[in-house]
Amino acid sequence: MIRITDRAFDPEAELAAFRHGLRVSGAVVAMTGIVRPESDALLLEHFPGVTEAMIAAFADNLRTEFGLESAMVIHRVGRMLPGEAIVLAAAASVHRKAAIAALDRLMDWLKLEAPFWKLEETGNIRRWIEPGSTDPAGDRVSF
Amino acid sequence: MSRVLFFGRLRDQAGMSGHPVPLAVPLGLAEFREQVAGSDSGLLAALSAPVIRVAVNGTVLPRGANPVIRPGDEVAFLPPFSGG
Repeated sequence: MIRITDRAFDPEAELAAFRHGLRVSGAVVAMTGIVRPESDALLLEHFPGVTEAMIAAFADNLRTEFGLESAMVIHRVGRMLPGEAIVLAAAASVHRKAAIAALDRLMDWLKLEAPFWKLEETGNIRRWIEPGSTDPAGDRVSF
Repeated sequence: MSRVLFFGRLRDQAGMSGHPVPLAVPLGLAEFREQVAGSDSGLLAALSAPVIRVAVNGTVLPRGANPVIRPGDEVAFLPPFSGG
């Protein structure tokens, strides 16, 4: 299930719904990205229609490559505040190793290959976050 | 006629999210960028930077791709991605 939304979402409720829809999996691995406290706000934009299609295609390939039962991505766009979830990604498989490896690959891809752009607001300063800069939404972004 | 779209910091720099581009014949990407930027040399430099990727009709091309732009195409200029 792939969803891009401009509204806050509850990652725990979404993950529970994902888990309840599973039939054969013995492992669910999930990652929630949240806005760190050092920025006042983040603004995320995407390429409507294109970003969704690219994530769906990548998730389909992941399912095949890793033999997943299911994969999920929910990604926020718009303006969000510290503590709010930016992204929830999850992978489910019969055994844990496939789900862990698939989720790691998915998150690396989302960081660098999915068309999202992130603007950080701190006081009066607006700064576009790009690879090589420190990302208040999660890991340091790097190639 | 074709159309150009700007995202992220390129939209800030262009001052708009996109606009129609009169195009009667196919153009190489470099010529298309020059037509889009017009007299704005700063915008031309930004669009031409190696980190900028291009999508044609919703397909994001590999870095360094050099597509031919045809009348009717929608061309998006994409700064480095930062998702997740």
